[in-house]
Amino acid sequence: MINIVFFAALREQLDCEQLSISADKVKTVADIKQLLSDKNEQWLKTFSNSSLLSAVNHDMVNSEHLVKSGDEVAFFPPVTGG
Amino acid sequence: MPDNSEIIMTNRNERQEISIQQQDFSLADEVALLEQNNPTDGAVVTFTGRVRNNNNGNSVTTLTLEHYPGMTEKSLAKIIAQAKERWNIGRVKVIHRIGELSIGDQIVFVGVTSKHRQDAFAANEFIMDYLKVSAPFWKKERINNDGKTTESWLDAKSTDTDKADLWG
Repeated sequence: MINIVFFAALREQLDCEQLSISADKVKTVADIKQLLSDKNEQWLKTFSNSSLLSAVNHDMVNSEHLVKSGDEVAFFPPVTGG
Repeated sequence: MPDNSEIIMTNRNERQEISIQQQDFSLADEVALLEQNNPTDGAVVTFTGRVRNNNNGNSVTTLTLEHYPGMTEKSLAKIIAQAKERWNIGRVKVIHRIGELSIGDQIVFVGVTSKHRQDAFAANEFIMDYLKVSAPFWKKERINNDGKTTESWLDAKSTDTDKADLWG
């Protein structure tokens, strides 16, 4: 399984903090985005935002990054700390 | 050879470089920790970020900071490691507060020591610039306009990205 977590505005838009998906359905972060976009209109809208950032196991990655079972994948908006 | 490794490790742990916390911090205490038993570093540069009462013309009442536990610490550790590669610096401390904050509250602290001032100045600015664009924190502000209260997530600023990009 791959654990997926959402933060900040993204978490609120999706009304979801985390979910799990089977690792054999996806190869890359882009595949996960595609899979989640298929859920419904709101998810499609959220995941078509090009400013969305992703991380795998706490490292920022691009959409081509490979994923495997046991990974934690995070999606969030551009950061605004400091 | 005497085994000093444990003592050194303990000292390092006592000087924890990263702290993500709800509670406030004391600038004086942090400076004291950076200076304590540190006779080689002649420069101490600190930056403190505070909550402003106004953002884009809106009157801010409170700010709530969310973060991604685990990734936050990892990304800050990476930034500190990069700073240590680029400059000859001694001690580093980064504190970032989370949760609900009010106007004037301290949000962030970056402290760097070095033998001479140039390294500490540059490294401090570098850490702050990279924290702004790569550490997973998000601010939500509560604003009051003509008695009406609304909440909204802050948008990232392209000026912050441009500033970080200047370090190459």
